[in-house]
Amino acid sequence: MSVATDVKTLVIDGINVSARADQTILEVARENNIDIPTLCHLDGLSDVGACRLCLVEVKGSAKLNPSCVLKVEEGMEVTTSSDRLKHYRQTILELLFAERNHVCSVCVANGHCELQSLGQSQGLTHVRMPYRNPQLEVDASHERFVVDHNRCILCTRCVRVCGEVEGAHVWDVMGRGIDSMVITDLCDPWGESSCTRCGKCVQVCPTGALSDKSKVGSSHPKYPEFLTNLQVMREASREGL
Amino acid sequence: MTSEELLQIAENVHAEHAKFDYEVNVCMGTGCMSQHSDKLKAALTKEAVTSGKRCHVRQTGCMGLCAAGPLVLVDPAHSEQELLYGFVRESDAIEVMSSLDAAPVERLLTHLEHYFEGQEHIVLENSGHIDPEKIDEYIARDGYQALVMALTEMDPQSVIDQISKSGLRGRGGGGYPTGLKWGTVAKSVGALKYVICNGDEGDPGAFMDRSVLESDPQRVIEGMTIAAYAVGASKGYAYVRAEYPLAVSRLTASLREARRRGLLGNNICGTAFSFDIEIRLGAGAFVCGEETALIASIEGQRGQPRPRPPYPAMSGLWGLPTLINNVETFANIAPIIRKGADWYAGIGTDKSKGTKVFALTGKITNTGLIEIPMGMPLRQIVFDIGGGVPDGRKFKAVQTGGPSGGCIPEEHLDLPVSYEALINVGSMMGSGGMIVMDDTSCMVNVARFFMEFCMTESCGKCIPCRAGTAQMFGILSKICDGKASHADLDLLIDLCDVVKNTSLCGLGMTAPNPVLSTLRYFKHEYLEHIDHQHCRAGVCACGTKDAALLAAEEVTA
Amino acid sequence: MPAYSMPPLPSDDKRWRIVNGTMRRHGYTRHALIETLHTVQSSFGYLDEGAIRFVAKSLRVPLSQAYGVATFYHHFSLKAPSKHTCTVCIGTACYIKGADKLVAAAEKQLHIKAGKSTPDGNIALMTARCVGACGRAPVMLADEELVGLIEPAQMLEQLERWTIHD
Repeated sequence: MSVATDVKTLVIDGINVSARADQTILEVARENNIDIPTLCHLDGLSDVGACRLCLVEVKGSAKLNPSCVLKVEEGMEVTTSSDRLKHYRQTILELLFAERNHVCSVCVANGHCELQSLGQSQGLTHVRMPYRNPQLEVDASHERFVVDHNRCILCTRCVRVCGEVEGAHVWDVMGRGIDSMVITDLCDPWGESSCTRCGKCVQVCPTGALSDKSKVGSSHPKYPEFLTNLQVMREASREGL
Repeated sequence: MTSEELLQIAENVHAEHAKFDYEVNVCMGTGCMSQHSDKLKAALTKEAVTSGKRCHVRQTGCMGLCAAGPLVLVDPAHSEQELLYGFVRESDAIEVMSSLDAAPVERLLTHLEHYFEGQEHIVLENSGHIDPEKIDEYIARDGYQALVMALTEMDPQSVIDQISKSGLRGRGGGGYPTGLKWGTVAKSVGALKYVICNGDEGDPGAFMDRSVLESDPQRVIEGMTIAAYAVGASKGYAYVRAEYPLAVSRLTASLREARRRGLLGNNICGTAFSFDIEIRLGAGAFVCGEETALIASIEGQRGQPRPRPPYPAMSGLWGLPTLINNVETFANIAPIIRKGADWYAGIGTDKSKGTKVFALTGKITNTGLIEIPMGMPLRQIVFDIGGGVPDGRKFKAVQTGGPSGGCIPEEHLDLPVSYEALINVGSMMGSGGMIVMDDTSCMVNVARFFMEFCMTESCGKCIPCRAGTAQMFGILSKICDGKASHADLDLLIDLCDVVKNTSLCGLGMTAPNPVLSTLRYFKHEYLEHIDHQHCRAGVCACGTKDAALLAAEEVTA
Repeated sequence: MPAYSMPPLPSDDKRWRIVNGTMRRHGYTRHALIETLHTVQSSFGYLDEGAIRFVAKSLRVPLSQAYGVATFYHHFSLKAPSKHTCTVCIGTACYIKGADKLVAAAEKQLHIKAGKSTPDGNIALMTARCVGACGRAPVMLADEELVGLIEPAQMLEQLERWTIHD
């Protein structure tokens, strides 16, 4: 190999881009102002490739790949938007809306919800399938926060931020399949769990599933950007600067 | 252990057997055990002592024909004429024993020449012929020769070359070339490497792996050990379903025996190569058949798959290079090394080499386990080996590939069985379940059955599989109830496409297959449910209408 | 940093020593979680909250993770077992041979849905995804005993016997 081996050149949506070998397609696309929708991905957390919204087409591969975990390769030709991908993304959003009970107008996250804004940006106008409305509980046992499982999309951001960043691993997922649910400790009420009350999970929750009691009835924006800052600061402190 | 020592053990076993005029093998597979073959064996043993005959009564693994259990195979030392008795009760012990020097017990004889004709036993060569818990009996039938040969005469690369040349492909369903997989793991760099045997046979309607583990566990251990030598692994895991207690206990006993004989553990056969195997119990999750989910499960986590790449061959168990093959794949290894790649490649079709074990079940006369050379037409399997559909009913479809596969109708019965051919008709090889359906099965209901399976087995990680299977199940139920519209059918077809192409792992990607294949060949049944609230098989809640009423509806429509 | 201390055995029930033995054999590593839960399940018949808590603390696994694992796998049960269990296999081969009729008949006789137990805790009606005895389909497990080629009447008799004897 001639030039520095850790630089790769590839094509995303017809644009020639270069990237470090350890970068993902999603990172490179965003650096180049190419928008790929995401939901389970969040800068500062590990990636799980679960929401399938960031799927992209790679020339020569029959399989669609999640761009959040797909590493760049030399000469790759990636398409991030096509009629097919658009249709798949819309249907996935429909499945998410219909899975539980997402009624934006009566939701605490109305106007600040990532699911809602994805619905808008991806041109979703209606949901073709019946809402499943599983009648899940709302746990308000915590002194500061509420979890409404009816609005959870199981993106597991709360699980990851609690385990990876806060280091408490209070959240996890129980059950399987359509019956999966996020839990604290042994499915204990949140307020009686070993929660550290840091509130990171609420900030990273993309919907109204986790909310701050003090914001009920008012606008409830969330600020997940703290994660990247935290990452930089922790790195700095590890390096003793 | 050297090859001379192996031969010595074999000779001892043969000498021991020569003391007897008859061998009376009692099937102690799960099927026959459920018919109390253990009590039958005790009765036969007692009777052998009482009668004073020189007769050796022993337990063996599965003889294949589970429907006629309990099975007893009488093998006279001085004649080639083996007798297979079926439906043998404890009370028949005296009669069987006294018939040894006289005429066979006619009423217990199975007349199943067709059943065995056309079968070719490689994986099952010892099933029903050895006591699965005695390693020496395995050795007496050429067991462990391949391992000794590989360790003392071959370098790892030439072992891989042999496997590649044999054309063996993964028997778990995907059909990935085994040699290629081994080569990738061998080339991967890691402080440690692992070999995992996937015995999480989750396909409902399949029991090949169970049977191999119960009948000939040493064969799997030998295959894993040869694989470990070839790829440079030092540690192995056998992941077996907890629902298979007999398989687990026999495998546990066999691992102990293999260690005792120096065929497992440190410095195997006096060489520098060390390898050992631990058993891990599956805990009831179909998705753990998927490589990365299985790895998560061995690591003590929820059995959820992760995106590939990286593949386990590069980064598997605890991030280290890991080879995962299925039970049946490992069971093929020793014979290939022993008899040569060319011999194996001479069996089967152009791209699908060797034999395949199938669990033949459903509406078929001879239910049980069969092993056939690849390329055999489905018709021969169903009608000759299987003996056709019983009770004078009409054949409708044969389902292969489990919840990931499809239903193959009459018109494709002349299809030779191979990985490619099955995919071409909208099904797949899968792990080897083959379920025959007659006209009392409703194909929409069958599709609904599999969708319910996928829905309850979905791990819940990715949304298309988690919610998509639930929505599709809802639509299929609506169709079965006669309450669906054409718009529902359109949505179902659309969801099939989305779930197939956007799911994270193989479970979701293949979950729509049973719907797609039944839509391809039996769309009229879907339309009958939707347009006429008519289920021709009479199993769905929508009811059945007679021909005159249907014709009248057709006219008005 | 305060030292981490192992939790004491929940009681002097001898079975806890078996459970502890499994963990010790695996060096109390986190990945022994499933193996240990298997031991609890086979020793006690189910996993209660105290057991999951004890195992999680001993292996230093987060509580929620242990609960997540225990509820992911269908082999683990979080409820105390009934006196008797009738498990009908609903694998494909059994389904084709009418396992659904067996389930319906049992549900009717016991007045409970599959997956539930009778209110007196006498009989649990369960379904299984293939027990690998397809050659003898349809199959049921009467407690632990596998019964093949079963007819609805035969199954109902068994249920009746359990009902009367207790």
